[in-house]
Amino acid sequence: MIEIVRPGPLTTVQDLGRPGRAGLGVSPSGAADLGALRLANRLVGNPESAACLEVTLGGLAARFAETALVALTGAPTPVRVADRQGFVNGPLTVRAGETLVLGAPARGLRTYLAVRGGIDVPPVFGSRSTDLLSGLGPEPVRPGTRLPVGNAATGEPTVDIAPVPALPDALELRVLAGPRADWVTADAIRLLARQSYVVSPRSNRVGVRLDGPPLERARQDELPSEGIVRGAVQVPPDGKPVLFLADHPVTGGYPVIGVVEPADTDLLGQARPGQRVTLRWLAG
Amino acid sequence: MRIFRYGRSALLVELAGTDEVMGLYRALSAAPPAGVVDLVPAARTLLVMFDPARTGVDSLARVVEGADPAAGAEAPAATVELPVSYDGPDLDAVADLTGLSPAEVVRRHTGAEYTVAFCGFAPGFAYLTGGDPALRVPRRDSPRTEVPAGAVGLAGEFTGVYPRPLPGGWQLIGRTAETLWDVDRDQPALLVPGTRVRFVAQ
Repeated sequence: MIEIVRPGPLTTVQDLGRPGRAGLGVSPSGAADLGALRLANRLVGNPESAACLEVTLGGLAARFAETALVALTGAPTPVRVADRQGFVNGPLTVRAGETLVLGAPARGLRTYLAVRGGIDVPPVFGSRSTDLLSGLGPEPVRPGTRLPVGNAATGEPTVDIAPVPALPDALELRVLAGPRADWVTADAIRLLARQSYVVSPRSNRVGVRLDGPPLERARQDELPSEGIVRGAVQVPPDGKPVLFLADHPVTGGYPVIGVVEPADTDLLGQARPGQRVTLRWLAG
Repeated sequence: MRIFRYGRSALLVELAGTDEVMGLYRALSAAPPAGVVDLVPAARTLLVMFDPARTGVDSLARVVEGADPAAGAEAPAATVELPVSYDGPDLDAVADLTGLSPAEVVRRHTGAEYTVAFCGFAPGFAYLTGGDPALRVPRRDSPRTEVPAGAVGLAGEFTGVYPRPLPGGWQLIGRTAETLWDVDRDQPALLVPGTRVRFVAQ
């Protein structure tokens, strides 16, 4: 059992989500940085699909009722276990009764805490992820929330420290053109590729909003709603792009002019309010 | 039919209208092409999501182009009857907009058999087509910040039922006590693409 002492700004339970149900109206949800979640699980001998805590901007304090093997990945934070200094990207033992405390990350936004055995809250459609848009899965954790630890571990930890490249100061995301790239002007596409944007504080697990030069629409008519995918770059009427994340709606009524490349969507999940972003446009 | 590339693991198929979308959705659901992991029907498009390790853009596009939209049409579809109290706050406004009496609005709304064209907006929210064309009304100028669960509304060519309290701009003509979305059911959404729906006045 893990008891949350302080959740920090936002902490939710996440796993690989609920893909394959968008046609029925269910968003995929899941970790915003799937690679970091997978790594955290591997470091403690869990299957990659086990549920972890996704900690937004650090600040978590959690007390462990039983001795546990944990790992922290994603946005690197200062780590303390009781009075010892901890570390990220490697397995770490927390003894019964000890409290794990995370500081604020210097870079990135979301830190993943895996515990050997996985967090064992009841799954909804095969996933324990909290979907903040549709209200599926467990509530975000609060002070006093108690999270059971399961027995999902399938292997032994084999790595002491995983080599992980540092998160960049400025994000560069590659965007593949389509399907509605012609709904903005050719000048807007050139602008998008040349200007840098800033991650808006109004960003969340639904999408990363960018502040910067608005993109001029080539068409003013209304687009009937159509399907959305993770990484879709949507241009709402104010011309400021929204890049969809894990809890995106399954359909949307504004044109999607491109999609963030799969290799870069985990970086998008680490986009931090105030961070500079450039989009590299890949013509389709 | 136009097919757009949509990232590395999806194609967006644009069709003439909701009937064509439904036809292709049924055909591809009845015999899912290898590697297809999800189908998201919408008003004019079908999003075909695939696993790029199992299929590619070109081969999948050929399968989609060759699909017979009539193939899945015979699939038996569930029919759901929704009892409705026609006492919505916009019933009089809809009567004014359509030039019909409120009673005639109700008669026409209950007189049609609807089909769920697609889901979206929120889990359990279904866009129903097949309604009386006389009942096509625009959304409200100013959306409500909260529409109660079970509210039955009209917007453009669609009618729909709010599965839970949500902000919304549809013209509300009634409400149903049926549970549209229940995560404890095997199929949480009562209305899924292809479901046929009748409204019955209470």
